[in-house]
This record gives sequence, C-alpha cells and structure tokens, in this order.
Amino acid sequence: MTALESSTKVQLGGRRGGPDQPTLRQDRWWIQPVVTVSVLTAFVIYSTWAAFQNANYYVGANAHRDLISPFYSPCIAGSCVAGSTHGFVLSGWTLSPALLILIFPLGFRLSCYYYRKAYYRAFWWSPPACAVADGHTTYSGETRFPLIMQNVHRYFFYFGLLFNIMLTYDAVRAFHQPGIGWGVTVGTLVLVVNAVLLWLYSISCHACRHLCGGGAKSFHAHPIRHRIWKALTPLNARHMNFAWASLIFVALTDVYVRLVASGVLTDYRLF
Amino acid sequence: MAEVTMRIWRGDASGGEFASYTLPQNEGEVVLDVVHRIQASEAPDLACRWNCKAGKCGSCSAEINGKPRLMCMTRMDSLPEGPVTVAPMRTFPIVRDLVTDVSFNFVRAQEVPALLPPPMPEGGYVMFQEDVERGQEFRKCIECFMCQDVCHVIRDHEDNKRHYAGPRFFIRYAELEMHPLDQNDRREYVREEMGLGYCNITKCCTEVCPEHIKITDNAIIPLKERVVDAHYDPLAWLGRTIRRKKKASSAEAAVQPAP
Repeated sequence: MTALESSTKVQLGGRRGGPDQPTLRQDRWWIQPVVTVSVLTAFVIYSTWAAFQNANYYVGANAHRDLISPFYSPCIAGSCVAGSTHGFVLSGWTLSPALLILIFPLGFRLSCYYYRKAYYRAFWWSPPACAVADGHTTYSGETRFPLIMQNVHRYFFYFGLLFNIMLTYDAVRAFHQPGIGWGVTVGTLVLVVNAVLLWLYSISCHACRHLCGGGAKSFHAHPIRHRIWKALTPLNARHMNFAWASLIFVALTDVYVRLVASGVLTDYRLF
Repeated sequence: MAEVTMRIWRGDASGGEFASYTLPQNEGEVVLDVVHRIQASEAPDLACRWNCKAGKCGSCSAEINGKPRLMCMTRMDSLPEGPVTVAPMRTFPIVRDLVTDVSFNFVRAQEVPALLPPPMPEGGYVMFQEDVERGQEFRKCIECFMCQDVCHVIRDHEDNKRHYAGPRFFIRYAELEMHPLDQNDRREYVREEMGLGYCNITKCCTEVCPEHIKITDNAIIPLKERVVDAHYDPLAWLGRTIRRKKKASSAEAAVQPAP
C-alpha cells in the first residue's frame, strides 16, 4: 500500500447511474477498430513474408539501377547480394538481412504514442472505442512489464533517425544509375517519397517534440528550442497521418523494388 | 407536428430505469431545452444539474446517445433520427436521475501541489508572453469532468480511482510543470501517486473535451516524457548525476506551499 492509498479521501464504490451494459452508443463505433486491425494485420503479414524472402530486394548494376528495398537497408548481413551493402557487414549472419534491422522500425512504431492508441483500441480493446466498455476485468496500463517498456520510445526514435539517414542516402544514391550516369527513374522517386514520409513521421513524433523544445521549463529562456518546438507542433498534429502514410508507402516501396528486381516491372527512366 | 422522444434515466442509488417522454419538436433546441420542457410538463421531479446554458460552466454533462456531451451544447437537430437517450455520467456515483456525485474530482484537486514560486524579486515576478501562451490552453478547462467520465482507467475499473488522478488533473500537473516560475518537481509524484502510467493514450479525453483542449498531445504526453526524463531515461540520469542535479521524491513534491 502506498502512502496515498492509506491517506486518500477518495471514496470508492457507490451505485452508478445508467444501465449495466457495455455501451449506449448507437453510432458505428466499431468501424475504426476494424479498419485498424485490417490494415495493421495486412502490413504485418506482408512485412513478415517480405522479411523472410531474402531475395529480390535489390536492383543492381546489371540492370543499370541502384535500388534497395527499405526493409533490407542498411544491408549488413553476410548474405547480402553484391552492391547492396554500405561497407559494414556482419559476415556471420546468413539469414535474411531484414530480420536484423526490422526490429528497430518495428520498435519505433510499436512504442509510438499514436500507434499505441490505435492498437490498444483495436487489438486489445482497452477500450475498443470511447465510452465502450473495456474488454478486460483488470487494468494496470503502462505501469508494469511489458507495457512499462513503452517508456523507451525515445531510444527507438534515435535509432529511427539513423535509419532515415540511411534511407535518404539510398534515395540519393539511386539517382546515379551504373553504366548510364545521373538520372531520374520512377524508382528514384519512390525511394525519395518513402524517405520524406519517414522523416515526416519521425520528426512529428511526440518524443522528438519534447526533446527538441517541449521539455524546457521556460520558452523565453530557450528561444532556439522554442522556435524548433513551434515548427514541430503543426507536424505533430498530423502525426497520425504521417504514421499511416509512411507505413503504407514503405510497404509499397518494397513491392515496387521487388517487382523490378524479379523482372515483372521495368523501372522506367524519366530523364 | 413533428415529435421527439427522449429516453431519460430516472433513478437513484437504489436503482433506476429509462423513462420515455414524447414532446413536440421545436426548432433550434438543445438537449437541455427539451429536458427543461419535460421538467415543466410531465416530470417536475426530474433532477438535472445546469447553470449557464452557454457551455462555460460545465454543469450539464451527461451521456447523450452513449457519448459524454454537454446537454446545453448538443443541438437536437445534430442527433440522428429516433429516440434520444440521456444518461448520467457513468464513472461517478449517482445522486438522482442525471445528477452524479463528482466529489472524486474535488479530492484529486486538493492533492495537486500548488505553484511554488521563488521569493518575490524586486519589481515583482516577470513572465514572458511565450510562456503565458503555453499554459493558456489548459486554463480553458471548464471542469465538466467529461474527460474523467470517459477515461476507461476509472470508468471501467473502480479500483483505479485509488491511485489515478485522471486527465483533468494531468492538464493541471502539466501546466504547473511548464510554469517558468514554479520550483516544485512533481514528476515522481505524478508517476508514483497519481498513476500517470495508467493512461494508455487512447485519446478519448481529447475527443470529448468541449473546449477542444489537446489533453493528450499537449498535456499527458509531455508529462509522460517528463517522467521518462526523471525516471526511465539512463542518459537523463547520467546528465543529472554529472550536473549534480536532484529530482524531487514524491514526498518532497507533495508538500503544499504555505498560502
């Protein structure tokens, strides 16, 4: 028993008003959880399948391109195909390189304040929607293991920034087509849009907003942090949009690279 | 003439049920107007709390068609066709009909350690506009307690009322923690004693707030990040250790300054 429990004047119990039923809502509150479950489940199934493929993730010099799937970048496994690595390689790792790196973006999204809302509602029913009864009889929130680990979100944010730098580097590198020279292809644009969306998702993050300026006790005493915070605040308001857009586009980017690498599509050169 | 049917919860601590009332529909009415017409005609003993009829006093909170809303700000023509259900706030014990006992919130309000400014300097305290603006959003709160009502932490788990302050008070804690003149450090207090970790960011408090305060994004999450600084982040701990800075314990933070 904590000090507060022994001293609080909060009165528990007392009969509540209204009928004993899970909700009185008459609107279609269940649509949002259904959509969330559908999209997130589809993404998890696709990304798991793609991570285990260990093939068709890189379009290299033989096709006069330099396109790598974001699921496999940075390619640091010993099993990486020629040209897809950035120098550093863990030669002992012979499984799919995606299995090495996806843990970081996955951790970033799992501990993201927006996704927490989405999956606590849709998957865990805690609660399924506002003013709809919780699906569990007891509740300890994020006070115990494993959910207390959500507090490491900012560390996944730091790793996420490193990945964004790598994916930006990949996008810039893709503009140089081996054997042809500098040019723009559909693939380069896809990688650029993917990198931009991931940057927007990262810098609109609540932890980023706090670390850059929100944590200051006085804005007047920290004018630069205040400016950064003011610039990030409108992006933060759209964090949900960036979360969904970047999630869907990262999968579409993998699909595009996979189709080009397997010969189903030709990466069209624009100029 | 068009009619409207209201299903209103009638009862007290001994039990209750919905009672139906059918009235002529008047243009431009809000739910509270119809409740008042019922009081004036069929049910003079119908209990409901109200005051300003302008969405500023926070008295007439109820659950309209299952959603927490102010009766005085919910236009009848904004509701779907069919009977309109009006029930008391679910989270608090019922007194009678639509009136609930919200004293839980007053107890929690008393437990918020007040502002602790430094001694008054010569010329008085100075606070700059950018710092004033930051806390201004939180001061729009009208204490309708609908955020407390919709918060599943206490709505569905009565036991959690023992160790959970709720969104209304998290905005108060956030405002104090963001106050440049405040010298108290409530981060451990809000984690240990006020149950900030119970909030799982499902944003229902923000959805129902009639003042459109971004409770989750601007108060609860910044508060959670401050708690991470104080309690979970090893780099922040290292920074504090090097700079020989101390964080206040719950007991130290709980001390109320002299009035």
